[in-house]
Amino acid sequence: MNIKNKIKITVNGKQMQIIPKFSLKSLITKLKMPLNKIAIELNKKIIDKKKISKIKLKKGDKIEIVHFIGGG
Amino acid sequence: MIDKKFKIANKIFKSRLIVGTGKYKSFSECAKAIKTSGADIVTVAVRRVNISNKNKARLMDYIDPKKITYLPNTAGCFTAEDAIRTLRLAREIGGWKLVKLEVLGDKRNLFPEMIETLRSTELLTKEGFKVMVYCNDDPLMAKRLENAGAVAIMPLAAPIGSGLGIQNKVNIKIIRKQTRLPLIIDAGIGQASDASIAMELGCDGVLINTAIAKAKNPIQMAEAMKFAVISGRKSYLSGRINPNLFGSASTTNKGII
Repeated sequence: MNIKNKIKITVNGKQMQIIPKFSLKSLITKLKMPLNKIAIELNKKIIDKKKISKIKLKKGDKIEIVHFIGGG
Repeated sequence: MIDKKFKIANKIFKSRLIVGTGKYKSFSECAKAIKTSGADIVTVAVRRVNISNKNKARLMDYIDPKKITYLPNTAGCFTAEDAIRTLRLAREIGGWKLVKLEVLGDKRNLFPEMIETLRSTELLTKEGFKVMVYCNDDPLMAKRLENAGAVAIMPLAAPIGSGLGIQNKVNIKIIRKQTRLPLIIDAGIGQASDASIAMELGCDGVLINTAIAKAKNPIQMAEAMKFAVISGRKSYLSGRINPNLFGSASTTNKGII
């Protein structure tokens, strides 16, 4: 794949490049995130984790992946 | 006197001590302290995962949410919108509805912003959340939170992490008298006696993080807090003697030589 065809997205504040029509599920798999321990926001909308394979990422998408950490 | 069950939003919990999971040296130390404390509810926070270090240990690997109740918080939120966004995400991770709302108003003293806290309580309750609310020790605001649908009132003893102990016993007692909701002291506990005092004032529980996590020996402090809460509760239920300015001999004078 030519680099020119890649699109830029932002994941947890960091820029990433992906190929077009890359699904949200592919991204989660690529990042090796355990689905049962995270929640995902796409452009500030919470995504149902069951539906991530149907979501294709677009240029400029902003993704937040969160989990639980220690807190009071 | 037999104690009634410690119930929050119709769920019964064994321990009246709720423990925070922040500020520990490691997840294993945190897990050990929780086990020793006997707590069956722990507070947790929602944050971004580290995407550059995928193998970093996770809290959920050390503290099993099937065995212990996770209470997601809104630490670091300053508006109702921030808090709602955070708790919706927490719910999405694993279906949590019982949450700890904490909307701050000042970065230095970490006092709760009560107008935003009240608004958040209303909005979250409408969305089906069961909201335990970190609040100031103002009986009037406590009443408004109760009317807005809070499932527990959690006034501070002193600023978060300060370890100053209960600064306003009178207000805590007034809140105790006016509410049937679980009353839980959240923030400001420094040592075991502070936890006992909270329970002796009639609180239903105590939430402690820094006093355990930052103690020189967190595991031993966790145990001290466990006993302090039990002890304070028993003392409260036993009905203390009336304080008296003068002495009252424990030994009779009858038969004195």
